[in-house]
Amino acid sequence: MIRDIFIEVAYLAASVMFIIGLRSLTRPDDARRGMQQAAIGMGLAILGTLVNHRIVEYQWIAGGLVLGSLIGYPLGMYVPMTAMPQRIAISHMFGALAATLVGVAEFYNAGPGVGGEPIGSARMTALGFEVLFGSLTITGSFMAFGKLQELIPGRPITFKGQNAVNLGLFAATFGIFLYLIFHPDNVALFYTMIALSLVIGVSMVLPIGGADMPVVVSLLNSYAGLASSATGFAIGNNVLIICGALDGASGFLLSILMSKAMNRSFGNVLFGAFGSPVAASTKTSAGLVARPITAEDAAMRLAYASSVIIVPGYGMAVAQSQHAVRELAELIEKRGGEVKYAIHPVAGRMPGHMNVLLAEANVPYDRLYDMEEINGEFARADVALVIGANDVVNPAARNDPGSPIYGMPILNVDAAKSVIVLKRGMNPGFAGIENELFYDPKTSMLFGDAKASITKLVSEVKNV
Amino acid sequence: MSIIGITELYVFVLAGFVGYQVITRVPPLLHTPLMSATNAISGISLVGSLVAAGSHQSVVSTVLGFVAVTSATINVVGGFLITDRMLRMFKRQPEAPKARDTTAGGPPA
Repeated sequence: MIRDIFIEVAYLAASVMFIIGLRSLTRPDDARRGMQQAAIGMGLAILGTLVNHRIVEYQWIAGGLVLGSLIGYPLGMYVPMTAMPQRIAISHMFGALAATLVGVAEFYNAGPGVGGEPIGSARMTALGFEVLFGSLTITGSFMAFGKLQELIPGRPITFKGQNAVNLGLFAATFGIFLYLIFHPDNVALFYTMIALSLVIGVSMVLPIGGADMPVVVSLLNSYAGLASSATGFAIGNNVLIICGALDGASGFLLSILMSKAMNRSFGNVLFGAFGSPVAASTKTSAGLVARPITAEDAAMRLAYASSVIIVPGYGMAVAQSQHAVRELAELIEKRGGEVKYAIHPVAGRMPGHMNVLLAEANVPYDRLYDMEEINGEFARADVALVIGANDVVNPAARNDPGSPIYGMPILNVDAAKSVIVLKRGMNPGFAGIENELFYDPKTSMLFGDAKASITKLVSEVKNV
Repeated sequence: MSIIGITELYVFVLAGFVGYQVITRVPPLLHTPLMSATNAISGISLVGSLVAAGSHQSVVSTVLGFVAVTSATINVVGGFLITDRMLRMFKRQPEAPKARDTTAGGPPA
């Protein structure tokens, strides 16, 4: 009795500490302490579970805890910040794997030969949601990981009739699920449903291109949370339900924010119909000329600018040039110029990607500005320095109704007095869309690898 | 258990609501730490995994439970460590701010 009370109190305390931890993420200064409290909450929840009277042997538990810590420690301490998107994606897989396996174990224990309590319709509903969300998140996250790690091509992989196949898969899986709710003892169908769900995870992520990854990663975050919540329903555990709901809400909210920032409808996101065929761009670069600039001239302009806005994109992450960028910014500041960073919500491959990279390079976070905060300031900026960003600064989103990205909110880089774009070459961005910003008379193009270019700029600014 | 506990449904809906309210206020600046934080917290599936691994009901559930405990622990340990590592990096401008325009200063709301 006292043991049960201790368990419930531990779970309640853990839930409160998790919410406080997430609440603390509202302010960067409090965030660290808040999350440390959340970690203590997790410790409490684990302790509470370990005294559960259903647990009779500890060797496998100990083994799993030790092995998990051995794998988790390097994943936490040594993964570089540039690899954060794939690191997050793979951790969704681990979370979903745990939830799914618990579901399978529950189902197995209730089956013939083990003699557990038979599964009723209600429990089957919870178990079904658990393994459905769980297994599609397992393979979906693994595919997302593969794309981000470039183990498989990052471009959308599509084939003819893909939508029909996916729809058929969804329908079949859902049909089996409905049948199982009324016939929970059909073992073969239960495992068929899991297998189909694993296939759905793959087929859902394959047609998605690299630039859509922020939406996918957030969505998988949400699914992993819902799987945990369903586990809570299945085994009647409130702390699981609460955490799953928090996780699910967070992923859901981030997916909405990300899809808004890409001007995609939420339905489009929810049903995984990303990567829908991109309409052919109506504008071509024929007759337009880009103006190249040398590093010397670009450095001169930056050195004498009184206000510079840096616009980082995925190209900065690929070239790992965030440290060089900070060095350049410090030089400009030392000469009396003011430097701000404009961060588009979907710049990079996951929500907040650019912020983490720049924070890693010791850029103070009060210099990082959201799109809404900074868009009004471009008109006052002497130079907008675009580093490896493309679609998020493409004016076609504002003024070309035929463009696939029309309607997407963008950074008003073209309002700045002058623009310097760092780019590898003139090939168009992810969506294959021409960017008229590059042909704007105000714009100068500095071609080359972002890191090499910025390093050159740094040494030139020093010489000015 | 013949019907889904209505209490569980209450808990789910209210927790989701609290989560939504809390997370709406997290600035885009911290969206990546938010993801890794929710990841760490989702390691709470450990609670279910521990029971599966230690309740000695069948070999299958013990083995599945063992793998589940391992996966969940990876998320707990790795998730909290990496969140802390990230949050440690977010610093303000160290010296007293020089003459800057009035819009600068506070973190994005």
